[in-house]
Amino acid sequence: MAKEASPGIQTTTPKPQTSHIPLFFKKLVQQRVLLLMSAPFLIWLFIFKYLPLWGWTIAFQDFKPAKSFSDQKWVGFEHFKMLFQDEKFIQVLRNTLAMSTINLVLGFVTAIVLALLLNELRFVLFKRLVQTVSYLPHFISWVVAANIIATALSPDNGIVNELLMWLGVIKEPILFLGIPEYFWGINGLSEVWKNVGWNTIVYLAAMTMIDPAQYEAAEIDGAGRIQRIWHITLPGIKPVIIVLLIMNIGYLLESGFEPQYLLGNGMNVDYSENLDIFVLKYGIAMGNFSLSVAAGMFKTVISFILLFAANYTAKRMGESRLF
Amino acid sequence: MANIMTSNTASTEGKKRRLRGGGRYGSLGDRVFDTCNIIFMLLLMVVTLYPFVNTLAVSLNNATDSIRGGIYLWPREFTLQNYSYVFNEATILGATFISIMRTVIGTIVTVFCSAMVAYTISRPDFVLRKFITIAFILTMYFNGGLIPNFLLIRDLGMINSFWVYIIPGIIGVFNLIIIRSFIEGLPESILESARIDGAGDFTTFAKIVLPLSLPVLATVALFTAVWQWNSWFDVFLYNSSEIKLSTLQYELQKILQNSNASMSAKSAGDAFANADNANANMVTPFSIRATMTIVASVPIILVYPFLQKYFVKGMTVGGVKG
Repeated sequence: MAKEASPGIQTTTPKPQTSHIPLFFKKLVQQRVLLLMSAPFLIWLFIFKYLPLWGWTIAFQDFKPAKSFSDQKWVGFEHFKMLFQDEKFIQVLRNTLAMSTINLVLGFVTAIVLALLLNELRFVLFKRLVQTVSYLPHFISWVVAANIIATALSPDNGIVNELLMWLGVIKEPILFLGIPEYFWGINGLSEVWKNVGWNTIVYLAAMTMIDPAQYEAAEIDGAGRIQRIWHITLPGIKPVIIVLLIMNIGYLLESGFEPQYLLGNGMNVDYSENLDIFVLKYGIAMGNFSLSVAAGMFKTVISFILLFAANYTAKRMGESRLF
Repeated sequence: MANIMTSNTASTEGKKRRLRGGGRYGSLGDRVFDTCNIIFMLLLMVVTLYPFVNTLAVSLNNATDSIRGGIYLWPREFTLQNYSYVFNEATILGATFISIMRTVIGTIVTVFCSAMVAYTISRPDFVLRKFITIAFILTMYFNGGLIPNFLLIRDLGMINSFWVYIIPGIIGVFNLIIIRSFIEGLPESILESARIDGAGDFTTFAKIVLPLSLPVLATVALFTAVWQWNSWFDVFLYNSSEIKLSTLQYELQKILQNSNASMSAKSAGDAFANADNANANMVTPFSIRATMTIVASVPIILVYPFLQKYFVKGMTVGGVKG
């Protein structure tokens, strides 16, 4: 058996009667340095990434932190039932889906448009300057960004209010972050402000792959700038757009946590609170561990399915999968 | 921002473009398009930069004067008082120190550990190669979630310790993947000759692979450093009762939270709890907020333009390999 399975290894392990298992260990001993280099991190991986999955049992218990595991009361799917009867949870789910959809659409359209326009800039130095500046907000933390956004939207001398009053659009300053219905839009635009420049990178890289001969041919045929963008550049980056779109659908329940948490307040809570904040509030602040874990588990399981489906679809379409 | 020479992926594309433009600047429609495009780009830069410039101006302006409003691009009554106040607070000084420590230590540890694991899974004959790769990649699809992670950290006794900033994040799967694909791209002959000279796996890794992988390690180091510097949630979750382990971002987050709360309560009076009464005349919550915002973002603003090409490379390489 070993003979036919590993003819190459025969030279180093000349015993024909070795079966697969001892061979595996023999190789492992030979590669003990590699093993020593990776084993500590396998243990780390197990503790920090796989062990917490055990915590999902909490969702099926009436968890009391003081009790040991064997003393916990098992309640089955009770907490999941409670979750779906909880109006707050339904609201939070709505907010999550709404904000991630808005972010998805807004983020895609703005990044593609900006990439197309950047690609049309003739002066290379100017183009690089714009790119460098547009990356800036991506690198700063959400805490800094939220501070900046809250200041800009403030009714006391905030630049947005001042600008709108100067233009005569409004007469009185608006407390933007105090109006619940505005929150989804503010959140979406904040996301665009922070990441639009950064998100152009992938598209600009894809545009460099387009054959310049296509543009020359189009120019000779008398196609204008807009026509060239529409008929050459856009179709040229279509595969990248499709793959990114599919992958992003996989992250539909990941509407973000930091902007909502940092810009959210008592007044806009009905529209700003999403699944992640719900988990944090119920678990850490209110100590209702079981319900919180049930909500977190719900999110992870759906995300897992979505991501695998997205990955599979992207692969089926013959594109290189992202992860 | 002054550094516009930093190259990026678009440079080759720029050349192609000039070739095809052939020096002709085209019709009237073309010129209208270009002008609109340039105006749009200028507007974009203003929208991006103005908030930072404005925050800087407020932080350099007399605090009581700032309340009157009307500060836009430069300070009206220049002063460094806000900065001297901030840096005389023991809390802020300590937080700055911890922020720097977690960025430096966290980056070194992450880069070294990620590179080491990446090296082992780049060895084609390593028997555990597939197993380790899959074990790591699977974790991109799920995680235990907030509460199980919190309970784990608590049970490990890492609440209120500095190491909670370092150990849970020593290896990122994304980093692992981009380092691995870089190492796989190194010429096998170099590694082979090291082995013939009698170098073991660890020596080959430390003496040959690490120095040759500097470009990708720089990329990973930058991603990690920015992430460490910007983190605040782990401070909030695990170390919020230990003020000695607070970071700049978390201190800024608390200030923001206070001003949010005061907005909902409609009482702007005692928003900044840390400002004692003796200083109340000299600094205001508004100015402190601006000053802290600048302090928390300046290291990044100063550094990122020079390192942009590494980030961009990481984005384009990491984006397609899996």
